[in-house]
Amino acid sequence: MADETSTQVTGELTITLNGTQVDARKGELLIAAAERHGVYIPHFCYHPRMRPVGMCRMCIVEVDTGRGPTLQPSCMLECAEGMVVDTESDVTSKAQDGILEFLLINHPLDCPVCDKGGECPLQDQTMAYGPGESRFVESKRHHEKPIPISDLVLLDRERCILCDRCTRFAKEVAGDPLIHFINRGNHTEVNTFPDEPFASYFSGNTVQICPVGALTATPYRFKARPWDLEQVESTCQTCSVGCRVAVQSSRNEVLRYVGVDSDPVNWGWLCDKGRFAFESVNGDERLGEPLVRTGGELRPARWSEAIASAAEVLQSTLTAHGPEAIGVIGGARLTNEAAYAWAKLAKGVLGTDNVDAQLGDGLPAEVVLGLPSATIDEVCAPGGTVIVLGPDTKEELPVLFLRLRHAVLNDGVRLIEIAPTATGLSAIATASLIHHPGETAEVARALVGQPGLGTDAGGVNSAALEVARAAIAAGGPVRVVLGRASVAESVSWTVEAASILSSIPDTSFLMALRRGNVRGAIDLGLSPGLLPGRVTLDGGRANLSGLWPTVPATPGMDTTAMLTAAAEGHLRTLVLVGADPLADFPDRDLARRALAGVETIIATDTYLTGSSSLAGVVLPAAGFAEVSGTTTNLEGRVSVLSQRVTPPGTARSDWAIASDLARALGVDLGFASVEDILTEISSAAPSHAGLADALASSSDTDGVVVPLSGPTPADALLSFTVPTSDALLPRHSYSLRLVVGRKLYDEGTAVHHSPAMTNLPVGGALRLNRYDFDRLGVAEGDLVRVIAPALTIEAPVVVDPAVPRGSAGAWFNQDGLCAADLIDITAPLTVLQVESLNGQGAGS
Amino acid sequence: MARLTPENEVLARTIIGRYPVPKSALIPLLHLAQEQDGWVTDEAMAHIAELVGVSAAEVLGTCSFYEMFKREPVGRYLVNICTNISCVLMGSDDLLSHAEQRLGVTVGETTPDGTFTLEGVECIAACTEAPCLQVNYRYRYKVTPESFDELVDDLAAGAFADEIPPHGTLARVRQVIAADRVAGAVEPTDGRQPEWMGDPDGGAS
Ligand code: SF4
Ligand code: SF4
Ligand code: FES
Ligand code: FES
Repeated sequence: MADETSTQVTGELTITLNGTQVDARKGELLIAAAERHGVYIPHFCYHPRMRPVGMCRMCIVEVDTGRGPTLQPSCMLECAEGMVVDTESDVTSKAQDGILEFLLINHPLDCPVCDKGGECPLQDQTMAYGPGESRFVESKRHHEKPIPISDLVLLDRERCILCDRCTRFAKEVAGDPLIHFINRGNHTEVNTFPDEPFASYFSGNTVQICPVGALTATPYRFKARPWDLEQVESTCQTCSVGCRVAVQSSRNEVLRYVGVDSDPVNWGWLCDKGRFAFESVNGDERLGEPLVRTGGELRPARWSEAIASAAEVLQSTLTAHGPEAIGVIGGARLTNEAAYAWAKLAKGVLGTDNVDAQLGDGLPAEVVLGLPSATIDEVCAPGGTVIVLGPDTKEELPVLFLRLRHAVLNDGVRLIEIAPTATGLSAIATASLIHHPGETAEVARALVGQPGLGTDAGGVNSAALEVARAAIAAGGPVRVVLGRASVAESVSWTVEAASILSSIPDTSFLMALRRGNVRGAIDLGLSPGLLPGRVTLDGGRANLSGLWPTVPATPGMDTTAMLTAAAEGHLRTLVLVGADPLADFPDRDLARRALAGVETIIATDTYLTGSSSLAGVVLPAAGFAEVSGTTTNLEGRVSVLSQRVTPPGTARSDWAIASDLARALGVDLGFASVEDILTEISSAAPSHAGLADALASSSDTDGVVVPLSGPTPADALLSFTVPTSDALLPRHSYSLRLVVGRKLYDEGTAVHHSPAMTNLPVGGALRLNRYDFDRLGVAEGDLVRVIAPALTIEAPVVVDPAVPRGSAGAWFNQDGLCAADLIDITAPLTVLQVESLNGQGAGS
Repeated sequence: MARLTPENEVLARTIIGRYPVPKSALIPLLHLAQEQDGWVTDEAMAHIAELVGVSAAEVLGTCSFYEMFKREPVGRYLVNICTNISCVLMGSDDLLSHAEQRLGVTVGETTPDGTFTLEGVECIAACTEAPCLQVNYRYRYKVTPESFDELVDDLAAGAFADEIPPHGTLARVRQVIAADRVAGAVEPTDGRQPEWMGDPDGGAS
């Protein structure tokens, strides 16, 4: 059915479809009902996830609604009681034949040189339903070809059949109506406004849904023929939404990802970063052999040598300083199985609880696990209220943004956002509560109407606050999308706000954590104080007796604490499991001091990063599409990851690396395959009990949400303490509070090593409101002096209307001005001073 | 030539205010832009997009659908000679080639001094007076090569300045809607009549 949730489908009807009586639902489109009963009606413009428009007429079939049979477009016709439909009659066939002949009048007949050939609906349907020969001898339309409509998408206009899929997607689904039909009649074409490219985070979807070869993506165009591709279904791990994707390869090289329609998750859509990150799987600079530091330099080594030297470092640290002197950071890139293996190695063999998959930019694991959880479908369910208290979903969790957008625009979901800057959702939010950085909890308190608030709580617009209160008062469930809106401030305010919001009746939470499998890593114990299965050390010890040699006695340190200890010389050995603190930890100065402060770093990674190049031992890891296993998305949904290609060189899967290290330390982790680990997880991790069987019997596409049987047993459910809020510095007229979020395209591995995307990051600049611009006496693009707690630097400033007065925005991990240089993680909130370089003071 | 002038922007906002949905003002605003510059510039389209809250591509989509919105500069006088059947039978082919000779341009071009743009059009519904043409959409009937030359001389000399305003000008008297007849922003879904239309059941007020 079109737009599933927006069309009310109720009641049952009976229609006659090609002579058979079948059921249909009220409001169901004929084409969808037929499909459901196994009758395929050819079509081009109809797409089940978008509104029907009746552009192409390919779906016409003979329908008799009591007034005699007529030809009607089945994508525009809702089923009605007693309707008699013939999709195979002579009249229908003749009509289909005619439509195809019309479509082919202007369409080139050159399939052998078209990139879509072999997987083209127009080609296939012409073969199946079309005329064998064209009667059209006149000359066809010609266009300059191809024209780029964005950095990633090319358009061959003469192939376009004007089905309105790409343009509809851009407007309806993505909300970026930057492509449109231009001109009229025979001259109609899809195009952009001059010099305003189709710069949408979702542009790749138009390539996927174009029913002809008009739209092609630069990274795939003319790289392969569909019949040469082999594919497996997997789950994107570029962020934690976990979109279902088909991984396609040829000759052991990944060539394309195609979105797969998972009803509870991505509806077939992918974001461009996820879609085109396949290039980084094939990157030339992938680590293909272990490296060991000898004579001050990293040199290639054999696996046996590298493992032995890593084990030796770990063993000598253990002997000399005990397990507390070892820290393990990372794991959010891993499969669930590898995460479990690393948890077992770190906590069960080395005996350290200094283990954290998050890099100081997430939420405390107790909060993630301790609040009642909601799925994406529950968040987007019609009639509810969603509070987004976290990052800009459009930038960090793009396909979740699409789902939220759909819910607001089509399903009457009321969306309240609580954020320090305007976001991609602001334009459609019921109420946008833009507040002073660090005053999140004030806003939450004002929203739920607890005492102790003024009408200007946190600086939010009081009218918007009233609208938001009314939305909650309107009843229905309240779902909170919870995450970190800014890493330049203490997480405690976010936690406090979450606990305030949890007092609203019928409230549950979707954790907007960012990294691919961060949820799986937390679930499987890669977090201080936790063991596999969402249980505390004490709660889980019993499950693991007999399976794990040891279990840490007391909770260890999180990443921030580990790096602080390392900087002070209290941590001797740091293991980085696919983590790059220099790039990803909010306070780069601390990360730098920490990495310099430890004796040895052992790193496993797919690429040599700033951090892993400081290591003593670097172990090359197999990455996405090179390993099989399972992954967990932000809902707690476990789905199957599949291997399609072999890793570069001798790179190995992370679980095998953990196994080898354990063996070198004299312990057998006890598994020989991914399946062994999944079996052990199913028995050792309470929240994952029965997982292996459930996965085996569920649809691969949709996966299963853990825990399988209701909430985790109450005694194991975590409680978290609401911190007493850090005192906030008073606001000064001459200081600006820093807000740090992320852009979709940053200098991270996925973008940096994917040639098609390397020029997409916006670059770093300090973003200010126009008002502060004038106040400081600076102009767009000026260099200014930025005085941060740790350093003073010069950086360009730009106007950003999304940033409110008194705040300063900086993006994380961008070239130029990088926010991690500005943030002081020991301060509850980083405050900056900005001075004009042309002699003017700081506006003071 | 560029965005709407400050005065026109004020006018644009008034026009937008007359419609329940800002996007509905697109066509009047495109006319306004064309009136300002004689054609519709990209800058003006981008400005209109900002004013009505749609993307520039959407404005371009609407603008390019209508041939009377020119997206390239045209002369002060746009001469459209009918090339459809009745006019052809009455000699418009000859008239057109004469016009090309006389103006020194081919169809679709503008004279170097920017005074004339010559175009051929489909039937302009004056077949009884064939062959015919329009100058900035003002008709001239039963045109001969001689009367064409005369027309061109007169236009160049400014003889018709009163009757034929420069290309883009819709009318020289601006419509003013009296305050009590303003429709106001009625929600399209609300189904009410604008007040000035009176009560459909109880007769006009
Ligand atoms: S480019 Fe493709 S998707 Fe877009 S209108 Fe043309 S045929 Fe349809
Ligand atoms: S939204 Fe996340 S999971 Fe989905 S395609 Fe993009 S990066 Fe991958
Ligand atoms: S699929 Fe129905 S008209 Fe295109
Ligand atoms: S054919 Fe020229 S006006 Fe009709």
